Amino acid sequence: MSSEMYEHMRANPKFQKLVAKRGRFAWSLAFIVLGMFYGFVLLVAFKPALLGRPIYAGSMLTIGVAFELFMFIFFWVLTAVYVRKANGEYDELTADLIKDAWKENK
Amino acid sequence: MRLLNRIGLALGLLAASAMVHAGPALDGIQEKQATNWHAIIMFCLFVALTMGITYWAASRTKSTADFYTAGGGITGFQNGLAIAGDYMSAATLLGLSAMVYGQGYDGYIYMLAFFAGWPIILFLMAERLRNLGRFTFSDITAYRLDQGKVRTMAAISSLTVVCFYLLAQMVGAGQLIKLLFGLEYKIAIFVVGLLMMVYVIFGGMVATTWVQIIKACMLLVGGTLVMVLAMSKFGFSYHNLVQQATAVHKLGPKLMYPGSLLADPVTAISLGLGLMFGTAGLPHILMRFFTVTNAKEARKSVLYASGFVSYFFNVIFLMGLCGILIVGQNASFFEGGTIGGKLIGGGNMVAMHLAKAVGGNMLLGFLAAVAFATILAVVSGLALAGASAISHDLYARVIKKGQASEATEIKVSKIATICLGFVAIVLGILFEKQNIAFMVGLAFGVAAAANFPVLILSMYWKGLTTRGALWGGYGGLVSAVLFVLFSKSVWVDVIGNKAALFPYTQPALFAMPIAFLLAFIFSKLDGSDRAKAEIEAFEDQYVRAQTGFGAATATKH
Repeated sequence: MSSEMYEHMRANPKFQKLVAKRGRFAWSLAFIVLGMFYGFVLLVAFKPALLGRPIYAGSMLTIGVAFELFMFIFFWVLTAVYVRKANGEYDELTADLIKDAWKENK
Repeated sequence: MRLLNRIGLALGLLAASAMVHAGPALDGIQEKQATNWHAIIMFCLFVALTMGITYWAASRTKSTADFYTAGGGITGFQNGLAIAGDYMSAATLLGLSAMVYGQGYDGYIYMLAFFAGWPIILFLMAERLRNLGRFTFSDITAYRLDQGKVRTMAAISSLTVVCFYLLAQMVGAGQLIKLLFGLEYKIAIFVVGLLMMVYVIFGGMVATTWVQIIKACMLLVGGTLVMVLAMSKFGFSYHNLVQQATAVHKLGPKLMYPGSLLADPVTAISLGLGLMFGTAGLPHILMRFFTVTNAKEARKSVLYASGFVSYFFNVIFLMGLCGILIVGQNASFFEGGTIGGKLIGGGNMVAMHLAKAVGGNMLLGFLAAVAFATILAVVSGLALAGASAISHDLYARVIKKGQASEATEIKVSKIATICLGFVAIVLGILFEKQNIAFMVGLAFGVAAAANFPVLILSMYWKGLTTRGALWGGYGGLVSAVLFVLFSKSVWVDVIGNKAALFPYTQPALFAMPIAFLLAFIFSKLDGSDRAKAEIEAFEDQYVRAQTGFGAATATKH
């Protein structure tokens, strides 16, 4: 039974659409996070002096701290964006898909 | 059985409270520590409250689903708080504030590395985890592979991670209670081990989750309060704070530079990898994804959890910086009263001293009770994850091949909890002198190399076969453990050899590629019929992972 349902879903173009859309979105966000984070790690490893520099002369806020604080906030905003989209648009598409499969299964 | 549970619970309660009350009586051993009644009263209140919850949870914990995943009925917000609770362990509060106090900016880098795994977990794993898993993450790795072999492998690596992480928690607990109650380190370890066993054995996941939620709220409130009070001494100006801190700290302006801890690039990258992907391989965190109703709630949990975690890390960073001035310049916090000497209670006590300095005994008491509660909650989550690896994976699925009755499965997990409790106690005593944040780093390294590669490949790569999973899993586990064993922190500091065989302290950069490579090569080389069937089975698994159709649903009470 389950297996047939899976068969129906796989054959439905909506499934391909869901997987492609959500996959592309999730991976782009993941690459942004990974790129920024490992870029930062490389800076830590190879250019530590740069991160210790103040953001402007006389400031006690260093580039490293400012950039990190930005990442803390920005990464969280990205999670919020993803949850919003996945729990709305993508889940509607999924519900639709399952409904179609039930109909075909009758 | 139920009556037995009740009686056992009552006995556990008695024993626990007796041990807590024994604290002040033994206070004469460490003369410097006056008994802090605020701390003791607040801690007893916490224990009483959580024991009440455990008693209530015991009546709701009947099936294996109740025991492992609270029946799958936790909401996204509750689970988010509980995940944050699991993640913000004693090591984060005590270890990271101490790290900022000692090394400045390096501590903040550590925190970002701890945090950055969360978005990745959400984007690439959360919904698939919820859609495919039921009780443990091995449900996913073994979904289309050989149940017996793959589960055995996953259970062994889970247990290794759990033991490492437990160790870090126990050491923190011992130091903390020694400072607060003037109890012997060993006795403190026994109290924690015992209370943990009571929570898990009688309350299962329901009690563990609520203990986490309560403690996460207390931690957020307590940490914020200390931070705000401490920052008020600097006119809430980050500029003033850093200016003064760099002026007095032994590192000087270098305080805000990376480097003293992450001395070489290899260590920095390896640590980054280990913390990021380690998060995605921690059995007690992964298990939390099975406690929510569906993928929607699983995603929300990550959103809430990462919000709390990222907020709290920034609070800890400020706490550590304030500590440099408020604690580091106050002779009364140093042994013998010499500034720059050894901190009373050990290097990890910065956050506690800071609480006392800004809010007196009342706040110290509160924060100490919170930290103790934190340790209890996290060790309970860990013990539950470890016990479920033993009872659900090893006993029910491997030994009994799915034929075990629910009652015996639960009984086995309770026995497993007791065993884990004693292992934690013994290891806690053995590793007394190590820095605890550093040990959590090691646990993450093993999780990243042993659990994560096989888990992610099983969800994403069609070509993974049983043979590949086994080689990848065991290869990652063995290499990570050996790298840790041969590194300075164990080979030199614990075993007492002269020089380390492995020059780096962080295993992930080396062990993770080994795991991925082995999984890939041996899957490709596997031309057996079983391998073909496994690859074919990926199609259905893939649809379920994407749509959640056929996923385990919440059980009703």
